Amino acid sequence: MQTSKSMDKRMQTSVPKKDISPLLWGLAFGIVFGFLLQKGGATKYDVIVGQLLLNDFTVLKIMLSAVLIGLIGIHAMKTLGWVELYPKSSSAGMNIIGGLIFGVGFAVLGYCPGTIAGAIGNGAGRLGRRTGGNFDRFRPFASLYPRLSQGILMKGDYGDVTFPRLFKVNEWVIVILAATLIVIVLYWLERAGM
Amino acid sequence: MMEFLTEVRWSPYAVGIGIGILSWFSFLISRKPLACSTSFARTSGMIEKLFSRKKVDLKPYYQKIGLAVDWQWMLVVGIIIGSLISALLSGDFRWQWVPSLWAAAFGGNPLMRIIVALVGGICIGFGARWAGGCTSGHGISGTLQLAVSSWISAICFFIGGILTAHIIFTLIG
Repeated sequence: MQTSKSMDKRMQTSVPKKDISPLLWGLAFGIVFGFLLQKGGATKYDVIVGQLLLNDFTVLKIMLSAVLIGLIGIHAMKTLGWVELYPKSSSAGMNIIGGLIFGVGFAVLGYCPGTIAGAIGNGAGRLGRRTGGNFDRFRPFASLYPRLSQGILMKGDYGDVTFPRLFKVNEWVIVILAATLIVIVLYWLERAGM
Repeated sequence: MMEFLTEVRWSPYAVGIGIGILSWFSFLISRKPLACSTSFARTSGMIEKLFSRKKVDLKPYYQKIGLAVDWQWMLVVGIIIGSLISALLSGDFRWQWVPSLWAAAFGGNPLMRIIVALVGGICIGFGARWAGGCTSGHGISGTLQLAVSSWISAICFFIGGILTAHIIFTLIG
């Protein structure tokens, strides 16, 4: 009796009904994200390139205040045991070279993967270019991946390390340090009238 | 009461705080950080699959990320819808082929802008996959987790971007 019951339970869990609620949550979070990006002006080429030309600091202000609030909240919830972190495993070879290539594209295209989706919603009539440019642009990487993953992507591998683990200190030390640094930068930006 | 919804622009701090709080719920409810770029690679794989199924199935990178509609894919769809709602509410929606900053420096020819944008798109796609994330995955979600990889990537995004933007608009434009 007991065993058949637990078997029943196991069968139920092993053959789950396709649960679409994660997808709906993704959609809901995306709608809020897109709404906020548009309200912030981050779905506009002029605002993004203005940031890179150091004329308009909207993008940096949005990012730093998001990181400030996110940083404190996520670490508070982690301390309470509500959430876990998912730092990306990576290497210097990936982050520095990939990051610089991304930066070049960021300036040339004038959008990034998140804001370009928002830009479509904002009516930027480049849908044709986007479907070409956006989706196709990821193809070369998939083709080169086997060679890259054995070579340069492994250079300077530091795994999924976070600063608190790197410096072997309590994470709140770094949280407070990073939060203070962000506040100082934002204060300085405002004082400089940027 | 709801006038703020029809405003064209909000303070960047209000928007940033909103995104920060959104990230709490994304961790809490979906157990995932906000990120976008893998969905574009996934879509590319899905499109490619329409033409050559076998070749796509064999590519290790596509095997690694999987080619099904997932949480992040829906997030990107949501961004388009959310931005559209915001733009329509404030009357800020307009079709635009050539951004004004670009037009001021290089003229209003859409073809030239499209070609340049395509080149930029390839760099962004390649760079995002190479670095393992984009402005949201590394720049916001990764940095707020204090991940070393994300801080290095985010700094390099801006170094590359600032240098390139200055080359385009100061040296060429």
